[in-house]
Amino acid sequence: MKHRNVVCCVCGAVCDDIEVGLVGGEIKVKNACALGRARFQELTNEDRIKEPLVGGVHVDWDQALDKAAKILKNAEHPLIFIGSVTSTETMRQGIRIAEYLGGVVDSHPTLCEGPMIMGIQEAGMPSSTLGEVRNRADLVVFWGANPLQSHLRHLSRYSLFPEGRFRKGGRRDRKLVVVDPRKTKTAEIADLHVQVDPNKDYELMSAVMAILKGNDVGGDVAGVGRETIYELADLMKNCEFGAVFIGLGLASSLGKYRNLERLMKLVRDLNRFTRFVIIPNLGHGNVSGFIQAMTSASGYPFGVDYSRGYPRYNPGEYTTVDLLRRGEVDAMLIVAADLVAHMPRDVVRFMKGIPIVSVNVSQCPTALFSDVVLPGVVAGMESSGTIYRLDNVPLPLKKFVEPPFSFTESDEDTLRQLFDRLRC
Amino acid sequence: MKEIRLKPKAIPGIGMEAENISPDMFAEKSLKEIRALDVFVGNKKKKLGEYFTVGGEASEKPEDLRIVIRGDASKVKRIGERMSAGEVIIEGDAGMHLGSRMSGGEIRVSGSVGSWAGMEMSGGRITIEGDAGNFFGAAYRGRGCGMTEGEIEIKGNAGHNLGGNMGAGRITVGGDSGEFAGVGMKGGVLIISGNAGLRVGAGMIDGIIIVEGGIKEMLPSFKERGRVDGVKGLSGAFIGYEGDLAECGRGRLYVRD
Repeated sequence: MKHRNVVCCVCGAVCDDIEVGLVGGEIKVKNACALGRARFQELTNEDRIKEPLVGGVHVDWDQALDKAAKILKNAEHPLIFIGSVTSTETMRQGIRIAEYLGGVVDSHPTLCEGPMIMGIQEAGMPSSTLGEVRNRADLVVFWGANPLQSHLRHLSRYSLFPEGRFRKGGRRDRKLVVVDPRKTKTAEIADLHVQVDPNKDYELMSAVMAILKGNDVGGDVAGVGRETIYELADLMKNCEFGAVFIGLGLASSLGKYRNLERLMKLVRDLNRFTRFVIIPNLGHGNVSGFIQAMTSASGYPFGVDYSRGYPRYNPGEYTTVDLLRRGEVDAMLIVAADLVAHMPRDVVRFMKGIPIVSVNVSQCPTALFSDVVLPGVVAGMESSGTIYRLDNVPLPLKKFVEPPFSFTESDEDTLRQLFDRLRC
Repeated sequence: MKEIRLKPKAIPGIGMEAENISPDMFAEKSLKEIRALDVFVGNKKKKLGEYFTVGGEASEKPEDLRIVIRGDASKVKRIGERMSAGEVIIEGDAGMHLGSRMSGGEIRVSGSVGSWAGMEMSGGRITIEGDAGNFFGAAYRGRGCGMTEGEIEIKGNAGHNLGGNMGAGRITVGGDSGEFAGVGMKGGVLIISGNAGLRVGAGMIDGIIIVEGGIKEMLPSFKERGRVDGVKGLSGAFIGYEGDLAECGRGRLYVRD
């Protein structure tokens, strides 16, 4: 049986042209990249969790839900963490639970893309969809991003190679600039590779901004020669439609959200000369979806605290790692994320001491840490819903196989059932 | 001046929010009424008396009242928030948001203080004997202006984003400052006796930053404007810079020659 136009939710590029064939227990995937192909094999994962567990012992669904509800109800400051490889509808249910309990709700932006969102809050973001970049852009800049190894089909589907309405020549009509301290795969095919010193992006942006305002920056800046800086400023100023994609190289290096703030202000300044947009290359599948759901529910994008009955936001205070490091959480609900495998050591040590309820598809360190494990449903394969692409375009996730159990239809359904238990 | 003495007993691990610990809230109240004031522990509303022993006597007006907290209050957030008069003295460490949005009075901490202290303050004075966290005297996210009046003195080291977006007032640091000191400054005076971290004065539009120690690296968008003798009552030679030119700023940054 063959399924066409399946949507992949591994990375933020959210390819929607995947073909999946199920032939005698084997899964054949067409059009997907290496990361996407691996994701679809999840369906036949031998470590799949198919029964609920309480304290490592198989129990029935109702018992597990009751225990989970009891843990969360008794907590004074529970943290609800919703991973991003799930539907936006699941996230909405998680946010509802956090609001009802008076807890904190957070998701993957807190670990990776948060600084990009904080940059937007400081500076504002002139942006566009990927379709506009494909049809119009004649200059594409990847700053601290390496799509050939993170969003494998980014260049071929949207940003560099495809023929666009006003860019009939595809690659020939576009210039590619990469700003990266390393000679990455993307940098190898760039027309200009600006090899900035590590952690010095802020200085380079400051120099370009000062040049755009008619100042002279003197000599070399951040390990980049004076001529290259002027060449970069000229390329940016003189293009017809420029797009800069930002990656974790900026969000995770010295300066964090200040890097993004400055780059967004640089793009703001470039709009005095030409049309220029900035698009965060969000990494994990439905990160945008969480930001959308959280913002529509509370006005804030991530790390929202409901303990006083109304939403509050303060990255560093109500965000996952900070809360756990300071020991300000007394129970956790983790949905569709393997948090234990990705947290700093002292945080993991603290997590060992608090009760955890998790919804997980397959065995992982988080499941081993959990007091209650509720079997997860694979979003986009076993359950439907909505996913947001990195440019905030919503796409439908379509189910094409049944989950291997009948007690829940989706992670959204699981959280809805849990919410009903909490209320009774 | 009358005095109320608080002693923390068994502050919960998940911390608490106690914006009611302020002379404005304590004035005119009996000890029994003070013990019955709300504090917030996670999603539960509790009574102040459950977590502090309360002694002394309150005055009728906040300006005649001194609150002394003896012990570790590092897990107690929002002490002195929005206070307008009186004194708060903490003999130990203090938690986050200390004296945030305060408009008058004085806070003294003998230990160190958490992040977001003195945020958007519009008057009064905060003295920290130890070290300070990040965002001291800065602006909450989404608001353009940090502290607009008042004085902050940190005798130890300060964290990142010190005095971010400050509009007016004076901050002095005895030790070193973290990254982005005076970021987006629009006015006021920031004096760092030790070394300044990276990107000091980034995005500043106006105001004065004086660094008595060293600067590791100056942003390329600052331009040298020559030597000056003595700045803001500090004697000796300084090299003056102007910036941040990336934002068409006219702020002044002086570094000890």
